[in-house]
Amino acid sequence: MDHLYFFLTGLTLFFTFLIFATIFYFMIKYRRRSEQERPPATQQSLPLEISWIAIPSLICVFLFLWGASLFFAAARPPQGAMEIFVVGKQWMWHLQHPEGQREINQLHIPVDVPVRLTMTSEDVIHDFFVPAFRMKMDVLPGRYTSEWFQATKPGSYHLFCAQYCGTLHSGMTGTIEVMTPTDYAQWLRDNASTRSMAESGQELFTRLGCDTCHLADGSGAGPVLQGRFGKQVTLRDGQNLAMDEAYTRQAILDPASLPLPNYRPVMPTFRGQVSEEQILQLIAYIKSLGSGERTQVP
Amino acid sequence: MVTHDSGGHHHPPTSFIRKYIFSTDHKVIGLQYYFLALFSVFLGMALSMLMRIHLVWPSAKMPFTPGGQMTPEQYLALMTMHGSIMVFMVLTTAPQSGFGNYALPIQIGAEDMAFPVLNMLSFWTTLLSLIVLVSAFFVNGGAPISGWTAYPPLSALGQIAGPGQGAGQTLWVVGVAIFCIGSLLGALNFITTTVDLRAKGMTLGRMPLTVWAWLVTAILGLLAFGVLLAACLLLLLDRIAGTSFFIPGGLVVTDTPIVSHTGGSPLLWQHLFWFFGHPEVYIAILPGMGVASHVLSTFSRKPVFGYKAMVGALGAIGFLGFCVWGHHMFISGMSPYSAFAFSLLTMTIGVPSAIKTFNWLGTLWGGRIQFTTAMMFGLGFVSLFVTGGLSGLFLAQPSIDLYLHDTYFVVAHFHLIMGVAAIFGIFAATYFWFPKMFGRMLNETIGKVHFWFTFVGVYSIFMPMHFLGLAGHPRRYADTTGVNFLGPLHSVHYFITLAAMITISAQLIFLFNFFYSMKAGQKASENPWNATTLEWSIPSPPPFDNFAGRIPVVYRGPYEFSVPGATDDYIPQHLTPERVGKAH
Repeated sequence: MDHLYFFLTGLTLFFTFLIFATIFYFMIKYRRRSEQERPPATQQSLPLEISWIAIPSLICVFLFLWGASLFFAAARPPQGAMEIFVVGKQWMWHLQHPEGQREINQLHIPVDVPVRLTMTSEDVIHDFFVPAFRMKMDVLPGRYTSEWFQATKPGSYHLFCAQYCGTLHSGMTGTIEVMTPTDYAQWLRDNASTRSMAESGQELFTRLGCDTCHLADGSGAGPVLQGRFGKQVTLRDGQNLAMDEAYTRQAILDPASLPLPNYRPVMPTFRGQVSEEQILQLIAYIKSLGSGERTQVP
Repeated sequence: MVTHDSGGHHHPPTSFIRKYIFSTDHKVIGLQYYFLALFSVFLGMALSMLMRIHLVWPSAKMPFTPGGQMTPEQYLALMTMHGSIMVFMVLTTAPQSGFGNYALPIQIGAEDMAFPVLNMLSFWTTLLSLIVLVSAFFVNGGAPISGWTAYPPLSALGQIAGPGQGAGQTLWVVGVAIFCIGSLLGALNFITTTVDLRAKGMTLGRMPLTVWAWLVTAILGLLAFGVLLAACLLLLLDRIAGTSFFIPGGLVVTDTPIVSHTGGSPLLWQHLFWFFGHPEVYIAILPGMGVASHVLSTFSRKPVFGYKAMVGALGAIGFLGFCVWGHHMFISGMSPYSAFAFSLLTMTIGVPSAIKTFNWLGTLWGGRIQFTTAMMFGLGFVSLFVTGGLSGLFLAQPSIDLYLHDTYFVVAHFHLIMGVAAIFGIFAATYFWFPKMFGRMLNETIGKVHFWFTFVGVYSIFMPMHFLGLAGHPRRYADTTGVNFLGPLHSVHYFITLAAMITISAQLIFLFNFFYSMKAGQKASENPWNATTLEWSIPSPPPFDNFAGRIPVVYRGPYEFSVPGATDDYIPQHLTPERVGKAH
């Protein structure tokens, strides 16, 4: 990506100087020296016009192909990336590790490990921006977005909110602490949580009574969740959806919108009973029940 | 359609109010729009100056702040109002409604716009919208703080989302909606006038490029402002009628659950807004392109190079402008496949833009260039169009946009291309048509001083902003001193603020020149620039019905400069073939 940037810089400077030099050259060469002076009739040149249509077009296609391949890579996290869950609110960041550690405005991660963020917002639109990692993604209320990065050097990196979010937008900053694997393991131990995210989710799953219907043996009123995450789900109208984070969130908050064949729509909505962070814990639990082949939604 | 012939020729109104206030004369309305924009641009600059001062000296005492220092809310309110006033009241109003109203009917040989009363209504609607917008400063909570883009849920939730988000934000939405109505009426009038009221012989292929630019801009306005109007109405309903077009369910704002809204999509607003917002950029800049072509040709004493390609490029830019709104949303979580489509289409705009730039160079090539102030601002426009446009190539790349989006790089980009380039178009048009409008010449010496201050000034302000953005400095930060990471960039901010102070002060030179020359400038002849189009065939300033009842007949294209064999180096469009070569 930086190479593409430097290439573009070079290209831009080239055209800027080409055009400016031409303007200055023409300005001096063709300035009017007397009232009587007449320019010679210039003929319109078709080959000239075609050339300055064709050359920018070719440059444009070349740049597109290069940029598109980079963007595609940026949009697809590698398999097995470490998962971090992010909830933005005015004006702070809540971050959760799958092991249960929770942080505010700070994220500790190991170096050289791909990290995938699953993000949502409690209120308005925010944006998770770490300049050093060349990445930025809006964090929207009511849906999940994700981005991934792999830090290559230990150190402390700045985190900004880049989508304007109100009064203290400029205070919604933080740091990403990138640590060596040993330091990170030590940090995880020092901050060990009593429960992992999945365990918190399991506790919620029982407390909210989800387990009365979603039985493992299929005899309950709700579908079996074991081994389902990431697989295809066929709705009553025949629509096929992947059971990903967004699907699970919608199923918890608005189950009536996802009617399944063979099941009566008896599940109540849990809107207002669970926070965004708790929904993420429930998702972590359902994930821990085993997943099919992971279909990655970019 | 013909409004003039009902009851014979209409007579010039005699009372002051009918003549200068509630006038239906397109020239007066054009000037009214111009003065509205002139007031707004100084207001907008004053707001930006306060912002720049706050960024560099955050503890500076400001006259209107109760606690002495500016709070983040006040900064953000200034930012929101600066953007809104500049985009709507200056960049949309002056080039199109101002100069378009004044010059378009004369350039095509019409006595007035097709619907003169509607034209008056457009202006008064626009003025009302300015009043509503500015009144947001004076209500409880102050002006809104959600930026000129007004992204929901921030803009939809009301007072709970921050001061200014109550009554102030409602006034903002209403003001912008009223502005849309005024602009729709104006666009309708421009299109009808251009299609129906051209003089005999003024074929499409003989229209000046300014007229082409105003026509394409009007079509863009007709398609874009309708969408913004709809979006504003939906947002207004979300705010006051409890609907949920843009507010998703389950929000918790400052620890208060929002239970009254569910099921909306904040992304819907972004789609609607940018479907308007991107064409809006071209609404601001296309008239400037028309003026630049016109002025470059006149003062190079040469025909416009590639007239047909220029018209085609205007149309192509206008059309593509509607296909690229998604490039404002690369980081909104959209599918990479949509991002690719928007990215490719965005880069495609570079092609008609390159055609225009190279054709401008072609126009200069081999000419006999006169360095009038209008010409210098025309060349300045080309320069800014190139520098501001090329940085668009960076932002059109989704992978690079991931980094640069919502940083100062974007601020630099759109200020150069949309703000300052369009302003240079306005200045070029002002120095060019002032003699026609007021019957006196602007002072050329003062004009050149003004040009150099402005030209060097705007580059000093906006070029360093690219570097801020490359360093990762996010935009819309009210406070940059609290963040260590941004500390080393403070001196850049300092430089920008100083440059802004000098550049804004230099605009007083223009103001002086403008009003001084209006009263005491050298008297202008009918055709001081030896130009060819129809407005230069009538007295300066023109009479009430432009041509005193004698509608001209057009015999040739708009840019017949230095035709071999002719006595003069220009042949006006209305000159009969028999009179070519004779004194005129």
